[in-house]
Amino acid sequence: MTIMTDTPASAPASPPKMSVRNLDFHYGKFHALKDINLDIPGNQVTAFIGPSGCGKSTLLRAFNRMFELYPDQRATGEILLDGENLLTSKQDVALIRARIGMVFQKPTPFPMSIFDNIAFGVKLFEKLSQVDLEERVEWALKKAALWDEVKEKLFQGGASLSGGQQQRLCIARCIAIRPELLLFDEPCSALDPISTARIEELIAELKKDYTVVIVTHNMQQAARVSDYTAYMYLGDLVEFGETEQMFFKPNRRETEDYITGRFG
Amino acid sequence: MSEKHLSSQFDSDLNSVSSQLMEMGGLVETQIQRAMQALAIFSVTLADEVIQVEDRVDGMEVAIDRALTSTVARRQPAARDLRLLLAVSKITTNLERAGDEAQKIARKVKSIVENGEARDMPIGDLRLSADLASSLVRRSLDAFARLDVAAAISIVKEDDLIDREFKGFTRKLITYMVEDPRTISESLDLLFIAKAVERIGDHAKNIAEYVIYITWGMDVRHRPLAEVEAALRENQADDGPS
Repeated sequence: MTIMTDTPASAPASPPKMSVRNLDFHYGKFHALKDINLDIPGNQVTAFIGPSGCGKSTLLRAFNRMFELYPDQRATGEILLDGENLLTSKQDVALIRARIGMVFQKPTPFPMSIFDNIAFGVKLFEKLSQVDLEERVEWALKKAALWDEVKEKLFQGGASLSGGQQQRLCIARCIAIRPELLLFDEPCSALDPISTARIEELIAELKKDYTVVIVTHNMQQAARVSDYTAYMYLGDLVEFGETEQMFFKPNRRETEDYITGRFG
Repeated sequence: MSEKHLSSQFDSDLNSVSSQLMEMGGLVETQIQRAMQALAIFSVTLADEVIQVEDRVDGMEVAIDRALTSTVARRQPAARDLRLLLAVSKITTNLERAGDEAQKIARKVKSIVENGEARDMPIGDLRLSADLASSLVRRSLDAFARLDVAAAISIVKEDDLIDREFKGFTRKLITYMVEDPRTISESLDLLFIAKAVERIGDHAKNIAEYVIYITWGMDVRHRPLAEVEAALRENQADDGPS
């Protein structure tokens, strides 16, 4: 009768790629994340849902230490990637961000050609011959399901692409440096349903090789793409479990109220 | 905890589906009672009334299904809303079939009367089961309206009683037929009616099982009753499921 037992807020069956332990996060005096503990399973898609201000994007930004770009923001606790704490000062932030790629709400192509958008990051971390670099760019574009649409115009500006294509270009750029974990922060909120469907299809494909974490306001999207779902509210992780159970019979009333639109 | 959705239209859609279901249940319950009355007094008029109501019941089943489809398409319900809508769809099917069984009883009563068959058969026993079956249908709908799991479990239990009554009644009819083969024809008619009553009990039991499904998200069909009762105790100890 697993469906009725009150499972703790974490503990999926697959081994964790990332583990968060006693994570607290402050914006100045504001306590934005409160003692978060969870395991993000490898080669699965984990979705974070919750109302605005619940801390889900903050958590995502803590995963690759993006918050350090801003003053007055600090994280305490542990974020372990394969058992290694990313929050210690000896970690190379640039390397962390190469291991943990991020795709944002609005597509952010660099003001350069499609080819260079992808080659740029690769060149920062690896010394590849031109042939290998071209191969890598093609591989990343194929992985991001964009190759067929851009192979004839690799040297045109990235900004010339449609919104959905630009977002896939950003995903390709992420993948090109072969990260281990991909963070998606509202990747489809600026896209039409067809581009959204393409990105969702791509996420399903990407989890074969990567661990994917997605923050979304669109609950149906979380239900469609994720294997695990975490519900956050006011800086707390309220419930974390298999997506199917979270959308069918969550253990906590708060989760059910939010998922069914009774939140008010 | 808030009972209401942010969208009041969603609330009114769900309420409307539930009240349509209760209305349909009321109709079916009347059908069953009227069919048994028709049998008790061999009334063709009452039997005809039962048969006439059938169209309305069928119409309601279709209307409720249409409302469900529309709500699912527009709202993409999740969690307890999803469980409610799925269960309502199954409950209407069970109600419609219970109504069919009442109609079968009514038609059989008509044929008994029209063939002028003997009326000194053990109809009393049948009435008892029929009353129980009809009360199970009513109580299963009450349990649905109140999402009362304890009531639902007791309905599942009581359906066993109807099943046992049916077996006992069958044995009795066999004795009649063995003693006097001239009663075979009437006995078969009564057996047919007893089977319909037994089926009505089964439909009430199915409805009760869907009440558990809505409330707990647990599919108890084809599971031993002891397991379900153990879950009830566990949940009561935990101060009920969330």
